[in-house]
Amino acid sequence: MQIIIKTDWCKSCGICAAFCPTGALSVEPGEKARATDVEACTGCGLCERLCPDLAIEIIKVEVSI
Amino acid sequence: MNVQNYVRKRFLPHLWCPGCGHGTVLNALLRSVDELGLSKEDIVMVTGIGCSARMAGYVDFHTMHTLHGRALAFATGIKMSRPELNLIVPMGDGDALAIGGNHFIHASRRNLDITAIIMNNHIYGMTGGQFSPLSGPGTTATTAPRGSIDPAFDAMDLAKAAGATYAARTTTFHVRELQKMLTGAISHKGFSVVEVFSQCPTYYGRKNNTGDAPEMLKAFRDETAKIGSKTLDENPELIPRGVFVDRDAVDYGEAYAELCRNAAKEAPRC
Amino acid sequence: MKDIRFIQGNEACTLGALYAGMDFFAGYPITPSSEIAEMLSGELPPRGHTFIQMEDEIASLCAVIGGSLTGRKAMTATSGPGFSLMQEALGYAVMAEIPCVIVNVMRGGPSTGLPTQVSQGDVNQARWGIHGDHAIIALTAGSHQALFENTVRAFNLAETFRTPVILLYDELIAHMRERLEIPSEGEIPLVERLMTSVPRDVDYRPYLAREDGRLPMSDFGGAHRYNVTGLYHDMWGFPSTDPSVVRGLLSHLVEKIEGRENELTFTREYETEDAETLLISYGSAARTARQTVYEARDKGIRMGLLELETLWPFPERKVRDAVAGVNETVVVEMNLGQVFEQVRRVARSPERVFLANRIDGRFITPPDIRKVLRIIAGKGVWA
Repeated sequence: MQIIIKTDWCKSCGICAAFCPTGALSVEPGEKARATDVEACTGCGLCERLCPDLAIEIIKVEVSI
Repeated sequence: MNVQNYVRKRFLPHLWCPGCGHGTVLNALLRSVDELGLSKEDIVMVTGIGCSARMAGYVDFHTMHTLHGRALAFATGIKMSRPELNLIVPMGDGDALAIGGNHFIHASRRNLDITAIIMNNHIYGMTGGQFSPLSGPGTTATTAPRGSIDPAFDAMDLAKAAGATYAARTTTFHVRELQKMLTGAISHKGFSVVEVFSQCPTYYGRKNNTGDAPEMLKAFRDETAKIGSKTLDENPELIPRGVFVDRDAVDYGEAYAELCRNAAKEAPRC
Repeated sequence: MKDIRFIQGNEACTLGALYAGMDFFAGYPITPSSEIAEMLSGELPPRGHTFIQMEDEIASLCAVIGGSLTGRKAMTATSGPGFSLMQEALGYAVMAEIPCVIVNVMRGGPSTGLPTQVSQGDVNQARWGIHGDHAIIALTAGSHQALFENTVRAFNLAETFRTPVILLYDELIAHMRERLEIPSEGEIPLVERLMTSVPRDVDYRPYLAREDGRLPMSDFGGAHRYNVTGLYHDMWGFPSTDPSVVRGLLSHLVEKIEGRENELTFTREYETEDAETLLISYGSAARTARQTVYEARDKGIRMGLLELETLWPFPERKVRDAVAGVNETVVVEMNLGQVFEQVRRVARSPERVFLANRIDGRFITPPDIRKVLRIIAGKGVWA
């Protein structure tokens, strides 16, 4: 899973982190959103849909084992 | 999908405040446009005045930023002239139902194929937090420091009574539902309305102690329930979400085209 | 064979609009203009063109602007109260440079005033009804033939200068019946919209003027995606508060009209060559003035008439030149002196400019004018 955050569009509102079901994202006060636990991301896409700044894109990367 | 393909990137980041729900409505709308496979060239977005109206600047469609409350009247002219275009008209609550109330009910009555989106943040944002006709009694606003005494419109009741053939309500918390309703509204033949509760943390939130944007979204989650749900049956004080109206009726554009065809068979008059 | 009709002024205006290629009408019923909407509701559908009755005059002009932007020759028709409601959208059309024609059939005001009676009280409203600095074109007419021609001219000027044009005529012209000879096809040249030659997918700038000041258009919803706004905007139509953009746009909006007095001002002259007394009038009042001139000439009095068919931009040079050679000038109009003030403003000897008017909803007559002439001559009112 790849979480792309367009930091120059992000306004640090905290919505993505507040509603991420697995805690993959975090927004520290005064800072931009960050993917702090990419491993936890299930690719549900809630954050990219909720983001008022159009700043998040989730790309599902297929990994062949 | 990447919503960024549909925006004029040079104008972003947008000017909406941090946490403003209007960006989430835009987000869902672009997903809906993508889902429907519409080309950017097929869409005309007409907006009025206010925070909501700024959306026209961001989307890479044919865009028109008009006058406060009048967006539907401009859109009516465009649709009558070019019926093949998809008309999308995002408005604020004051824009759509105070100053634009007359245009709204008549657009609903006429049933011309236009999609109206009411981004209802229960406040006038751009002018600094005055109460709107959708704020409701008790709302604190810069023009209601002791709490508003003004009763509120129910946009769905209004749309239904005025004759809209598609009317749905959701919130910026229910993003999948929002996209589904927008898709339903755009593909609906006739006048369609989607009311979206959209958080204004800057004015409504601060004046009414709702907490920040995530807290406001939680309130949208907790204070609404789907039409027909057990939750709503058991808690009638909750605000209903869902599709209130979805019916077939003669689309005004088609009725006019038929009138023209029949009139053309008559002898010339002047 | 000539097509000759005996019809109302409102019908002459309607026929002129159809002759000009008007294919989009949105309006709201109001006396004394309703016949235009009534006639067009019958005429436009068989042609496959748009007629829509809107919920009010505000919406009517908004719809007209939408229709025009998408490539139509668009028009609305109203009277004073409705014209008041249209000022908001009129300002938008000025700012966004949308060609369209607004007919205002004048009745007595202010407010509901005299719905069925004659007045010329909206001259200044046409000029200054909208807020902010701007320029505007307003034409008028004193006969059905002139009304037909000036309706066509209004569309031509709207397209040429990418601007709303106001056609202002009074209730008497609207409801009086007289002869109209309909010009044959091609007799009055029509100006079609100047379209951009910029191909699809190449940067089109809707608000970039050519060297001659004209702005080629691209039908909204067509090959080019652009923005239209009532805010100050750059050449792409996007909002801007850059001082040079603001100043540049306002100068352009004003200059494209105020700077073209010769192209935009139309007048008619009757017996002016050797006139010692000059009447200046317009609309139905000019008919009374003309009659007064002919009766004076029968008595050997050197009187002439300058009839204005453009009210805005005010024909300053033509009026100044005409006034310069006469002993006295009398402005004949049915209001408290709206054109009179303009004539005084441009005349080198404003003390020699007088007003003959009526403001009571009754039509001005030759005796009304002669009374003023007698007072000017120091003879008292009663002959």
